[in-house]
Amino acid sequence: MIKLTNVSKEYPKRGYALRDVSFHIHKGEFVFLTGHSGSGKTTTMRLVHMAERPTSGEVRVTGFSSELVSSRDVWKVRRRVGYVFQDFRLLPGRTALENVAFALEVTGTSRRDMMSRAQRLLSQVGLSPKSGALVNELSGGEQQRVAIARALANDPFVLLADEPTGNLDDRATRGIMDLFWEINASGMAVLMATHDLEIVRRYTHARVLELDDGRVVYDSVTAA
Amino acid sequence: MHALREALAAVKRAPLLTGLAAAMVALALYVLGLFGLATYNLRLALSAIEERVEIVVYLRDDVRQSEIDLAQNELSEIPEVARVSYVSKRDALARAQQDLPEFADLFSTAEVNPLPQSFEIELRPGARNQEVVDRVSAAATAYPFVEDVRFGREWVEKLFTLRRVGAATTAVLGAAFFMVAALIIGTALRIAIFARRDEIYIMRLVGAKNGFIRRPFLLEGALSGLVGGVFAWLLTYLSYRGVYAFLFAVAWIPTGWIAVGIVAGMLFGVLASGMAIRRHLREV
Repeated sequence: MIKLTNVSKEYPKRGYALRDVSFHIHKGEFVFLTGHSGSGKTTTMRLVHMAERPTSGEVRVTGFSSELVSSRDVWKVRRRVGYVFQDFRLLPGRTALENVAFALEVTGTSRRDMMSRAQRLLSQVGLSPKSGALVNELSGGEQQRVAIARALANDPFVLLADEPTGNLDDRATRGIMDLFWEINASGMAVLMATHDLEIVRRYTHARVLELDDGRVVYDSVTAA
Repeated sequence: MHALREALAAVKRAPLLTGLAAAMVALALYVLGLFGLATYNLRLALSAIEERVEIVVYLRDDVRQSEIDLAQNELSEIPEVARVSYVSKRDALARAQQDLPEFADLFSTAEVNPLPQSFEIELRPGARNQEVVDRVSAAATAYPFVEDVRFGREWVEKLFTLRRVGAATTAVLGAAFFMVAALIIGTALRIAIFARRDEIYIMRLVGAKNGFIRRPFLLEGALSGLVGGVFAWLLTYLSYRGVYAFLFAVAWIPTGWIAVGIVAGMLFGVLASGMAIRRHLREV
């Protein structure tokens, strides 16, 4: 599903963000990617999303190789990989429903199906009653649920979440984590980057990959 | 269809921003419009002066009619010559009496007609330049019965220098105005696109194709160019009416020029949007 083989990423000014990273995430796995700030979590997520290309090595995502996919064709990868951010990245001034529908519209869903599908996705994340609310009127937890509904719009194989609870309080964090588990239980792989070890400890049956200074220093699968 | 809907939705969502972009396009094209108006009228004025370029060939009194006819035919056959009119001594006198009434007495009391007979050579439009004038004058001077050839050498030289300076100034200023307009339009549309970078980002994020993302922006660029172009046309027309009413008579620019201006505005819009969007598409 997701396979990184000897991946290194070097930035011209910052130097190496990742060094010789290899791991393989299978279908239906729930994986925490942990590490301090600057350890390379976001770079890894961006490489998996093909927002960036490795300096060396190969990233394979749902059958697409970073060596072969052009910038023009990157949309094919994006439709198989949902992405959730710490800061939600919703379109302000639009309702929750419109934000989800936007993702469906721009990927070619017919206008007839768009609204009903967006409504279903919002009810899946437990936000049906607030579908007509403007996103800037929603709480952080609710906004993150809208972002998750949007990420699920194209029925992806894997959900990437980069510090999705970073801006949320404890209660909202638990709600979002429960939602991720539900999504994962339906067979979708989840790769979640977090520096919050409390969350990682709470969900003991998830796989943990730890990064430090751009290298994988711990993998709960190989360590077991 | 989606592209058109999105382009119109963008105008509805941010009317001030899109209005501002169209206004900047309009002002940029208005400057070009004014320049076009000035250039066109300058060209008309120069053409009017050029039409007065004429060669007068004075003939000796003792020339035979057959020689006059032969010379008139030969000079008429020069390709650049439009017409060769013969002015007899009597015609010259009549014209002088009419044109210079203050000397009428002098002309009527003179025992001998002092005015020479002549040819007036009119050149074809486009051939009224110094080289042709020199060539035709030389051909006329070659006849032994020609006393003098006049075409106001200094005046013609000045006119052609003025034309050359005019053409160079027009080209340089035109290119400068064109570049300024392109820069203004480019900046206006870049700002409009920058304001919507989040949308572009999210479209890329969820897997929209580049063409799908690009099309509404290109269309919006073309619409800004079209609306700006039409406004520029109206502003230029109002300026023309103002100058005509309060300053001096000027001619309105040809329709073809207006069409070119509006189409150029639309093309600018599409190009500027295309370049601005390309940068954003590379970001995610």
